[in-house]
Amino acid sequence: MRAFASLVTQLGYTRSRNAKVALIADYLRATPDPDRGWALAALTGEADFAAVKSAAVRSMAMERVDPELFRLSRDFVGDTAETVALIWPEMAPPANDLRLADAVDAFAGVSRARAPALLGEYMDRLDSDGRYALIKLATGAMRVGISARLAKTAFAQGFGLDVDAVEEVWHALSPPYASLFAWGEGGPRPDPEGTPYFRPFMLAHPLEDGTVDLADYAAEWKWDGIRIQIVRVGNDTRLFSRGGDDISAAFPDIAAHMPVEGVFDGELLVRGAVQMGEAASFNALQQRLGRKTVSAKMLAEAPAFVRLYDLLIDGTEDLRLMPWSVRRERLEQRMAALPADRFDLSQIIAAQDFDELGRIRDGARDAAIEGVMLKRRDSLYVPGRRVGLWYKWKRDPLSADCVMMYAQRGSGKRSSFYSDYTFGCWTEDGELVPVGKAYSGFSDTELKWLDKFVRQNTLNRFGPVREVEKSLVLEVAFDSIHESKRHKSGIAMRFPRISRLRRDKPAAEADTVQTLKAFIT
Amino acid sequence: MSSAPHWIEPHPHGIFVRPANAWIDPSRPVARALVTHGHADHARGGHEAVWATPETLAIINLRYGRYPGENAVDYGTTLDLNGVKVSFHPAGHVLGSAQIRMEYQGETVVVTGDFKRRPDPSCAPFEVVPCDIFITEATFGLPVFRHPPTSDEIGKLLGMRAAHPDRCVLVGAYALGKAQRVITELRELCYHEPIYLHGALEKMCALYADHGVDMGPLLPVAGTDKDDLRGAIILAPPSALADRWSRRLPDPITAMASGWMRVRARAQQRGVELPLIISDHADWDELTTTIREVAPKEVWITHGREEALLRWCELHQVKARALAMVGREEEEEEA
Repeated sequence: MRAFASLVTQLGYTRSRNAKVALIADYLRATPDPDRGWALAALTGEADFAAVKSAAVRSMAMERVDPELFRLSRDFVGDTAETVALIWPEMAPPANDLRLADAVDAFAGVSRARAPALLGEYMDRLDSDGRYALIKLATGAMRVGISARLAKTAFAQGFGLDVDAVEEVWHALSPPYASLFAWGEGGPRPDPEGTPYFRPFMLAHPLEDGTVDLADYAAEWKWDGIRIQIVRVGNDTRLFSRGGDDISAAFPDIAAHMPVEGVFDGELLVRGAVQMGEAASFNALQQRLGRKTVSAKMLAEAPAFVRLYDLLIDGTEDLRLMPWSVRRERLEQRMAALPADRFDLSQIIAAQDFDELGRIRDGARDAAIEGVMLKRRDSLYVPGRRVGLWYKWKRDPLSADCVMMYAQRGSGKRSSFYSDYTFGCWTEDGELVPVGKAYSGFSDTELKWLDKFVRQNTLNRFGPVREVEKSLVLEVAFDSIHESKRHKSGIAMRFPRISRLRRDKPAAEADTVQTLKAFIT
Repeated sequence: MSSAPHWIEPHPHGIFVRPANAWIDPSRPVARALVTHGHADHARGGHEAVWATPETLAIINLRYGRYPGENAVDYGTTLDLNGVKVSFHPAGHVLGSAQIRMEYQGETVVVTGDFKRRPDPSCAPFEVVPCDIFITEATFGLPVFRHPPTSDEIGKLLGMRAAHPDRCVLVGAYALGKAQRVITELRELCYHEPIYLHGALEKMCALYADHGVDMGPLLPVAGTDKDDLRGAIILAPPSALADRWSRRLPDPITAMASGWMRVRARAQQRGVELPLIISDHADWDELTTTIREVAPKEVWITHGREEALLRWCELHQVKARALAMVGREEEEEEA
């Protein structure tokens, strides 16, 4: 645990990507199995330890420290795990002798009821860095500022392998990755043949200001659902989300109806009554996400379907090193074998030239259209984002002028800044009601200014939240607006972010809720 | 709190000792001032008559010039200011730092200024002065602040230096107190190499040396060849860490010596790679232990995380109040 805790701590203070990669690579090389495998699982977010809830950790601390003192400390530190690690009383200098793998094994075998007590025993044995790492591990929320990709890169670099080769087999493996480390140390490449596993997605760059030639690029609609991969091997069908999570259980209406073996790439959508059976907004899809099981009522009310984009593997034949146009042709041929109510084909947009495509894009009012995808006709299916192959060309965001109402301290690096803002618009009665919350879109300089504004214009404090003088107008950009019964204003924004500070504009001239409702899709 | 006016009057800009007609650490110019120590949030210019320890006066003279009327008061000497018996006692914060003890009509009040309890080779150790009213700071008044043993932190610094012989370790340390503390703590751990200084630290280090603090060999960064700084420990004021000044250094590892480094986000915000939790202020345990040892009838809290220390006092049935002093802790870097 000591080496892992030290790694977690050092990663927190290291800015350069290369230095982070080197730190992780050194750790993985120097640490024995299975500790390093569990560490790699924790860093890549693959380890679903989550033996203890964050709230349980908080109450453990409150049994040992006065709750009021804990609350004040948490407000200052800005992170529950860190607060608990720091505040935990040390009776004697801790032995610091816990092994990572032993802790993982123990948490895997412990009941939910007994887990907090076990965590408490371990905490007493560790110093504050150790306690911090252990809490992060036990609650399943590492968030140490590195991506899964970076951890895999570090593994690949540490053992002289190609990171894309690692990615290719990654999702067929599970912690503590004994076969992966064996491969790294000169053993055979793990062979996942015969199991349905996730292949890394090909992704797109945003098309900034450029144009492309439609002779080289095919245009498709970019649908606002969930990008998924459908893998069928033998009789086993799995649905994977973008990060490789298996979401088959939440969508039996898809998983049970894929008759063709292979690997498909597509967009998961639901049909909406308002849309006359066509693709509904993301909001509708959201109702079905994150569920372990799904009720018959839901299956009937919001039936899912997949709009297919690509075919990666046809039967057992890997098409990924063939051009997009060839894969597309193969996909079109396969469509006849698929049930039409569950699977349809993403249509190619017919446009003479780029200008016409732009007009078609701007004219699209479909709730589930986010923009246009542009794919090089000769592009191979390569993992990740590659320059020049695929582009996403989103519709221009909508925007509204809103008034800042509340501000909350951020977490992590932003814990000393009021960086999360709730903003509102005017009702017909001249009342300001919250319409959304945003914590991005501004520069560091603007953040400093906003933080100062909040501190100098505080009306009330509610724990970490401050109510501010309703005087600052924020121009908020968002992708769309939906009806929402959960919000007093009756609307919810998708992807709101602060696009400009309108210090010049009086609050009374901000937009009305009525204006926003006109954007509802 | 009692509504009858007390002879000690806390104001946002200082503590007024009415019978002595004198202010303690006033933040605006006054006729008569008692100054606990040389940091800018306690010692301001513009006063007419000032009472302080000789070291504090020397520091003030170096930083801000002279006052018209300067009265050097040694630790332990008792003065009489209009019937108020006043004495200065070591606070263990920086060179010359003092707690001010006052006795009037049978009641004793101690103002700590800023203080710490753990040993510091660069200044006299804190002395427990019993009193009725204990007026304390609470910079690190939250139970998450527990400063680790200083030798562990200095050990981290030496370890980082040893691991990167081609680079240098640049330590951000406040010019008055922290810089000299880091230097003397390094010497305690038998580090005898020259330590390199940013120009802004040179005069204060020389002042400490003049007062008998053994600093070992110190060299200016200015005029030193870049290659000679490889493997060196360099001290600079925190403001210089991200300044153009540091570009002359060989691939510096940025360190910072401060009690705030206990909180990850504080170190991350400053881009610190090597946080060193070394503070010249009492941590939570020191604050609470001190209140227990001094055992006053009342605790008044000048500045810092007063809410939490008030709560602790409530839990331990110690009468306490917060004074909401302004202008303190503006120089957070000093902590």
